Amino acid sequence: MTLIEWMPFSVLIPLIAAPVCALLPGRVLPWTLTFVSVLASAVICALVLPMAVGEGPLSYAFGNWPPPVGIEYRVDAVNALLALLISAIATIILPWARVSVNDEVPDRQGPFYALFLLAMSGLMGITLTGDVFNVFVFLEISSLSTYALIAHGKNRAALLASFRYLIMGTLGATFYLIGVGFLYIQTGTLNMVDLAERLPALADDRAIRTAFGFIIVGMGLKLALFPLHRWLPGAYSNAPSMVTVFLAATATKVAVYVLLRLVFSVFGVEFALAMPFEEIFFTLGAVGIFFASLSAIKQTSLKRMLAYSSVSQIGYIALAISLISTAGLSAGLVHIFNHALMKGALFMCVGAIVYRIGSDRFADLGGLAKQMPLTMLAFVLAGLSMIGVPLTAGFISKWALISAAIEAGNGYAVGIVLIGSLMAVIYIWRVVEIAYLQPAPDNADMSRRREVGLSMLIPLWILIAANFYFGIDTRLTLDIATRGAEVLMGMTP
Amino acid sequence: MRNNGILRIVARFLIPLILLFALYIQFHGEYSPGGGFQAGVVFAAGWILFVLIYGLEAGLKVIPQRAMVVVMACGALLYAFIGLLGVLLGGHFLDFAPLLPSAPKGAQQAGIILVEFGVGMTVATVVMLIFTMFAGRKSQIHLIDGIPDSEPVTYPEMNQDNSANQSTDTAAETRD
Repeated sequence: MTLIEWMPFSVLIPLIAAPVCALLPGRVLPWTLTFVSVLASAVICALVLPMAVGEGPLSYAFGNWPPPVGIEYRVDAVNALLALLISAIATIILPWARVSVNDEVPDRQGPFYALFLLAMSGLMGITLTGDVFNVFVFLEISSLSTYALIAHGKNRAALLASFRYLIMGTLGATFYLIGVGFLYIQTGTLNMVDLAERLPALADDRAIRTAFGFIIVGMGLKLALFPLHRWLPGAYSNAPSMVTVFLAATATKVAVYVLLRLVFSVFGVEFALAMPFEEIFFTLGAVGIFFASLSAIKQTSLKRMLAYSSVSQIGYIALAISLISTAGLSAGLVHIFNHALMKGALFMCVGAIVYRIGSDRFADLGGLAKQMPLTMLAFVLAGLSMIGVPLTAGFISKWALISAAIEAGNGYAVGIVLIGSLMAVIYIWRVVEIAYLQPAPDNADMSRRREVGLSMLIPLWILIAANFYFGIDTRLTLDIATRGAEVLMGMTP
Repeated sequence: MRNNGILRIVARFLIPLILLFALYIQFHGEYSPGGGFQAGVVFAAGWILFVLIYGLEAGLKVIPQRAMVVVMACGALLYAFIGLLGVLLGGHFLDFAPLLPSAPKGAQQAGIILVEFGVGMTVATVVMLIFTMFAGRKSQIHLIDGIPDSEPVTYPEMNQDNSANQSTDTAAETRD
């Protein structure tokens, strides 16, 4: 088998492993199967990436039905990078997650890990497929399993959060499907390449414009674009820690990818420029950065604070997209990648804290740096990356974004990015102050305040190291993202 | 409802027909409207009618809950296995032509029927499982509104099993 023939297995292996995993008893077997299949998926993605970047789109036709008729997987620099990100994050999370899941989901771990595999393969499927309806199918696979994963959270608020997300997520997916329906009625095809060829002739068609609107709003809901973000803080703060780490690092990014792919590759840049796409995304992105950061500053628990910070980071990505230039898109793509690294690391720290002291409220964190020095140091370092201090990955994405804004002559964007970074300093500093400078609360159970084990620390510090590595060596991120932005802007997908 | 003669006789007459119709949809799905998903739902509907008339216990004797979970996974695995067979024989995933090199059309037909059978198994058991999970909840109506020992709500003209099923819908909200 050639590498192209292996490529779809990065989706199929976790997808096929899921039903097996659901049947496995105990704790060790489901975890092992999950880890092995996710690792296999990551290895395939890592092998495919250089080929996809070097040789352009790789196409795989399912059932050997040629593309416009059958479903094809089409991989280029953009989705190869994203697929590697998803599978690599999942691989790093799993060793970390074992003790945390034992604590938070003590029973029926087979079905739990099966749901995780389904969610992961759904996200992978969305990124790799070249068929707009197939995107919807995988969107539902990942969303439905995500709702169930969130409902596994320990307290009862998880059920409500999951239900809220279910309502909003279903609305988003339905809007997307309505948009796809309009496209299909007007063009008679679902294949992305085929759509891109047929759409320019229909650019003035009202149904196509309506489809564009539906798809933007639908995906806006899924990616938690301000003001459609209300489901996100509840879902992130009540889900089991492992689920939060995975979702925060990957789920919204995949929705951003779908948006990018459809707007730039399928509808095309001219179409987007003819619509008020630029203004809407710039405004929502800018307002989102400001208000979500403000909300993050006001929170009194770690998970909610980081969740609002995620909403503001989505704002940066929206801002980058709204520039509609190669530089802007590559800044957005780089930030998708880097934000996954830093948010993943931050939520891993929070997960470790919750595992030890059973709470993420600020009131319980006082003086924690003395008992959990390595975890808190990791939090500080990931926080620096979040703020965008030089030598970190966060700096690279902010730098790319600011230079893209300057290139586009958009001074407001530069100002907003700087204000947003300063607000990030405030909310990260609040945690640092509590954990390092304040005394432990009187009712603290000192016997539980210990550093977590190596199984949690090693994956966490791998991510921290990645934050610094990609802050110095930008060949993998910035270069591939620039290549991806060129693919999105210039050519058909 | 076990005591209602009309319901029992009509159900006894209808259930085999429903199951038969489900199998018809299943095995004609490759060239006429239908397929595994629809067939699975219709099949499960037949079983649900059986449970409504004869009670959940009798229904679970026909197919235990554990068996449902296993069949559910096996259906998905059957789909995956047939799909992978194409890869092992040198084609693409879900490529059925290599299964019977001498008759590619027949191979497509066989492949689709097998794959759809997997879909049907999974869908039927998932629908049954969802129904079982709702129907199997114990009545907790006496815990509502902080009145610890109030009488459970009973519905006239129904036996004990079914009244339990009816009241769980409202009890679900307050279940702890």
